Amino acid sequence: MSMTFSDPMVPRPYRIRRVRHEILDTFTLELEPEDGGEIPPFATGQFNMLYVFGVGEIPISISGDPANPAFLLHTTRAVGTVSRAMQALKQGDMLGVRGPFGSHWPIEQAKGLDVIIAAGGIGLAPLRSAVYQILASREQYGQVTLLYGARTPADILYRHELERWRGRLDLDVFVTVDRAESSWRGSVGVVTKLIPRATFDPGKAVAFVCGPEIMMRFTAAGLAARGIPADQISVSMERNMKCALGFCGHCQYRPYFICRDGPVFQYAHVQQLLTKEGI
Amino acid sequence: MGTPGLQQNDRVILEREHFPDLLASLHTRGYQVVGPTVRENAIVYDTLQSVDDLPIGYTDEQAGGCYRLKKRGDQALFGYAVGPHSWKKFLHLPVLRLWSAQRTQNGFQIVPEHQEPAKMAFFGVRSCELHAIAIQDKVFLQMAYHDPAYQARREHLCLIAVNCGQAGGTCFCASMHTGPKVTSDFDLALTEILDEHRHSFLVEVGTALGAEILQDVPCRATSSEEITQAERIIADTAAQMGRTMDTTDIKDLLYRNTDHPRWEDVASRCLTCGNCTIVCPTCFCTTVEDTTDLTGERAERWRRWDSCFTTDFSYIVGGSVRASSKARYRQWMTHKLASWIDQFGTSGCVGCGRCITWCPVGIDITEEVQAIRESESAPGPGADKERNT
Amino acid sequence: MRTLESILAAHPFFHGLDPGLMQLIIECALNVRFRPEHYLFHEGEQATHFFLIREGRVALETTATPQRPVIIETIETGEVLGWSWLFPPYCWHFSARAIEPVRAIMLDGICLREKSENDHRVGYELMKRVASILIQRLQATRLQLLDIYNVNGESGGASV
Repeated sequence: MSMTFSDPMVPRPYRIRRVRHEILDTFTLELEPEDGGEIPPFATGQFNMLYVFGVGEIPISISGDPANPAFLLHTTRAVGTVSRAMQALKQGDMLGVRGPFGSHWPIEQAKGLDVIIAAGGIGLAPLRSAVYQILASREQYGQVTLLYGARTPADILYRHELERWRGRLDLDVFVTVDRAESSWRGSVGVVTKLIPRATFDPGKAVAFVCGPEIMMRFTAAGLAARGIPADQISVSMERNMKCALGFCGHCQYRPYFICRDGPVFQYAHVQQLLTKEGI
Repeated sequence: MGTPGLQQNDRVILEREHFPDLLASLHTRGYQVVGPTVRENAIVYDTLQSVDDLPIGYTDEQAGGCYRLKKRGDQALFGYAVGPHSWKKFLHLPVLRLWSAQRTQNGFQIVPEHQEPAKMAFFGVRSCELHAIAIQDKVFLQMAYHDPAYQARREHLCLIAVNCGQAGGTCFCASMHTGPKVTSDFDLALTEILDEHRHSFLVEVGTALGAEILQDVPCRATSSEEITQAERIIADTAAQMGRTMDTTDIKDLLYRNTDHPRWEDVASRCLTCGNCTIVCPTCFCTTVEDTTDLTGERAERWRRWDSCFTTDFSYIVGGSVRASSKARYRQWMTHKLASWIDQFGTSGCVGCGRCITWCPVGIDITEEVQAIRESESAPGPGADKERNT
Repeated sequence: MRTLESILAAHPFFHGLDPGLMQLIIECALNVRFRPEHYLFHEGEQATHFFLIREGRVALETTATPQRPVIIETIETGEVLGWSWLFPPYCWHFSARAIEPVRAIMLDGICLREKSENDHRVGYELMKRVASILIQRLQATRLQLLDIYNVNGESGGASV
């Protein structure tokens, strides 16, 4: 889509409707356009560039429900200058938003197939939108399984939502942590250990994987080892981003610009690159 | 007195004595003329007021890590190759304010920057540089998003090209198929013919605009001898090139040699100074800076040139992806010669040789490719080489 | 009511085992259950058995940490618990506590070691399978060591 009619580097003002503290340094912003207009439709897996006045702009995945366009939801961790400044914002404050940008989880290709959603840590944020979309038309998919790994029980994101989902009969939810105190009743171990628990027909399944790069690498490999073809597995990559338009060059991942060819990629396309250092 | 009624592909002769009329014709039409001029012992690109601003009688001697200006024995206007500047500084501005914003009672208000359309004439563009401009046109005007700043400066651009009369010391455009002969995307193309008997320019008309410019410039018809001489000059230039880039299968060659020991070798020499990215006519990376004034009431977003050689170019939470100089050099070279093809359909390199000349340690990109090509199945850096005999 | 043999043969650990060898191994096998909070074994004890978990969840704990015990891994349905019985000094390195009701096949390590000495085919089959589990555990443990979700190593999808 050619965008010549307006300057794509100019953010649109949005107002913070609500700030929700999630866990530790993770928080969710609920936004709505200042001009009262429509939120541009987005596909799950896409991201926006969020601007904090005078501080800077960062890419954050959209973690809301694509079918509920009234509000824009972004979950992020306060780990850098801009995200920390964002964490200090309150209800009623203004943010700049550009987007949505990037590729999306290939949900339409999952129709009639088993779906495995594998998330690690904050990787659950961009995948939450995918879960919403699938549950909204649940009958169109086969077995749907959510695998989630976090560092410790205190690091489990969207815990109440996970518990609600686990209560559903048409969704399998498996959660594991890397370590826990003895009071923890759930699984302990890496998220790849959950793969054997998932029920799926490898020849008729798709997988969406999101989390730290090393987690995605081993999880995608683990799913491929179970017979899911590499072109049926998708991962969400991340690189430094300044413009999100394919101009600044920062987000390059060998032949790809993550802002426009990604962030969602077929595992088949990045399989070799994932094993290399410094690409 | 001028030369009306010319058409695309026509060729005429412009005598040296009438050369100022060409410049005047551009000025009269409201063009800001930009071209080569001598400054601080180098030939750079800047605004030209008159023919005297050109590097008349100068030539350059270039080699890896070396650039010297020398006086020629004659008064040639274009007797040199390319210098540290490229035309990208006029189209893809090194520093640009994108917008400013003002804090308001309950938020802030953004004021977009109006991109003033420019009317520039690039005077003395070489074939490699025309290719470089076309490459940047692809990046900024032909992909999903269009850069309004680039567009405003590119739209009314007039290109007065020059066929090189000598190869520069580090040139390799012939093997990159980007020169030395100017073949397309120009309004006028000049070939300087200078010997004991004459000083004139064969002018080829490229577009209707080029024809229009010559309306006010007195030219005469060419003779077949002059055409032949111009062609010979260009052929001689092509034959003078001191290096070649073998582009056979170059994309896959570099893609499959990610772990070649040559990368360690070049990393031991590379200072990651970034000179190559500054002088390269196709490098386009930028960074975006969001600033605020001391009161915190006014904010601005600026864009400025950046280089993939900086340590934080690839920074994400946890550290830079390309922390080592090896990773960064590999990124630059692989992007320029290989990934660019996947991204934009052509090589990113036009064979101008600037990166070789302006590298403080004289790293030669053609040599690096050759080294990888020749030793593709070399053992790893730690292998015991004696075992192979 | 399934026979012990069919239960063993169905467990992933013994997948593909020659029926003749299975007959030998069954003599060392016993069906067991554990209630939640009961320990299958304690760190430091003699490692005389190992367990094929048929159902339930077992926490591998260490009391080496000065404060409270930490669960370093859970062993669940279809997995194998314990390999210290096979290698000297035959001593448990962790404690194993049932979190949920556990049904398992308990295999007598001393019995199996004797059978392996008498018939090396038994030993080889056990070694192969245990080695495979050790490799998986090592890989998984390494991933856990990398602390992939730590504060400075990760952010939200495309967030920086």
